[in-house]
Amino acid sequence: MLMRDFNALVSDVLRGMVALALGMALLAALPAPAWSQDLQAIPALTAHVIDQTDTLNAAQRQALESKLTVFEQKRGAQIVVLIVASTLPEDIAAFAQRVGDHWKIGRKNIGDGLLLVVAKNDRKVRIETTKALEGALPDLAARQIIDSAITPRFRQGDYAGGLDAAAEQIMARISGENLPAPEDRGQTRKSGSGLNWTDLAVFLFFAVPIGGRLLSGMLGRKLGAAATGGAVGVLAWLFTSSVLIGGVAAVAGLLFALVTSLGSLGRGGSSGWGGGLGGGTYGGGGGGGGGFSSGGGGDFGGGGASGDW
Amino acid sequence: MKTRFLSLAGLTQLLIALGMGLLLTGCGYNDFQRLDEQTKSAWSEVLNQYQRRADLVPNIVATVKGEAAFEQDTLTKVIEARAKATSIQVTPETLNDPAAFSKFQAAQGELGSALSRLMVVSERYPDLKANQGFRDLRVQLEGTENRITVARNRYIQTVQAYNVLTRSFPNNLTAMIFSYQVKPNFTVANEAQISAPPTVDFNKK
Repeated sequence: MLMRDFNALVSDVLRGMVALALGMALLAALPAPAWSQDLQAIPALTAHVIDQTDTLNAAQRQALESKLTVFEQKRGAQIVVLIVASTLPEDIAAFAQRVGDHWKIGRKNIGDGLLLVVAKNDRKVRIETTKALEGALPDLAARQIIDSAITPRFRQGDYAGGLDAAAEQIMARISGENLPAPEDRGQTRKSGSGLNWTDLAVFLFFAVPIGGRLLSGMLGRKLGAAATGGAVGVLAWLFTSSVLIGGVAAVAGLLFALVTSLGSLGRGGSSGWGGGLGGGTYGGGGGGGGGFSSGGGGDFGGGGASGDW
Repeated sequence: MKTRFLSLAGLTQLLIALGMGLLLTGCGYNDFQRLDEQTKSAWSEVLNQYQRRADLVPNIVATVKGEAAFEQDTLTKVIEARAKATSIQVTPETLNDPAAFSKFQAAQGELGSALSRLMVVSERYPDLKANQGFRDLRVQLEGTENRITVARNRYIQTVQAYNVLTRSFPNNLTAMIFSYQVKPNFTVANEAQISAPPTVDFNKK
């Protein structure tokens, strides 16, 4: 009888835990906070030209897209044209700011991005510049482009022509600014992932001597060294997803732990790079794919101008 | 045995050093330094943009004065508000003094509403609306107001992060020891006005 009660209790507790875990998983899966429900969703950044209203036909979109792509390859600055139906309940400036903050278009460390938002049903247009381009395209110039290139053509329903003319003027403006030339795409990728490597190296610098001593103390010299080597190897493998580097790091860790546990190195910290070296030499894989992606450096400070037609 | 003992002593030393390092980061001291600097730079950006607006005002006033029949009342309000806003000395201590902070904020809010009133009134003057110089100033003012909004938003966010850090355990103990206080944040100046539903009256024009 008592046993049955105990079993029931255990199963109750288990059931409760499962329910709790499910609830937490559900909570975690819930999207964005509640306040953002009413605002327009930020579209995914898939190309230089994102048209949610099908205003441009395929050929027009392609032409503008390739124009902006070529410009990015030549000059480095990222220009994105976004056409949405409406930005309500937000003002177009607030919406553009939110999109810009999320996309962060513009090269890393340079931040030269520009966002052209068209809210078709609101009949509003906005050029939003990053701080890096506020010099090349001050608010007045942005307004001028809207007034001279966009508004007259949009009034006649010539959306493609207006956007094309605006893109031309914007590109001319940015070309006049002395911005650094674009570098090889592959190179920027590598330096982007460099942070993990230094983190790992710094971590191992401290962890290997301490962990090695602890493990040697607990398991004995040989076994402890082997355990240290194994741990280093697994870490390196996890960080680099390369078995070869993991193996090299493991051997380095093993040797290092063996040497330190002999006591000949005293304090130990100074040559702790043993484990880290395995990690530091190789630049991470990572797909360089042909698709468009944000440089992640753009900082939109509220610059630009709005207009309507 | 002796080497073993030595290495154990070394181990304890290492552990103590590591423990102290962890203690320092665990109590959030470094986070306080980081976020404090962040709020300061965010605040500088806010001041920067307010200054930009204040610098625009004389140009706007000069252009509007060219319009002979312009409402004098609106114009003087802008001039007075600017004088008041720029007369308030802002020091780094302002950030930690809620009273001075709200005074500064009120003065800037007054200038903002005086300017927007001026822009609304200017709609009634076709000559002014057609004036290219005035239109340019309008664009610049609009851009500046946008920048102020962005800078204020960023300040609000950094202060929020700082205040959360200050009030949460165990960092609140660190805050107590080093006397870091919760920083004042921007609020809406006319909260009561905004939350009241607007009255629409079609009879009055």
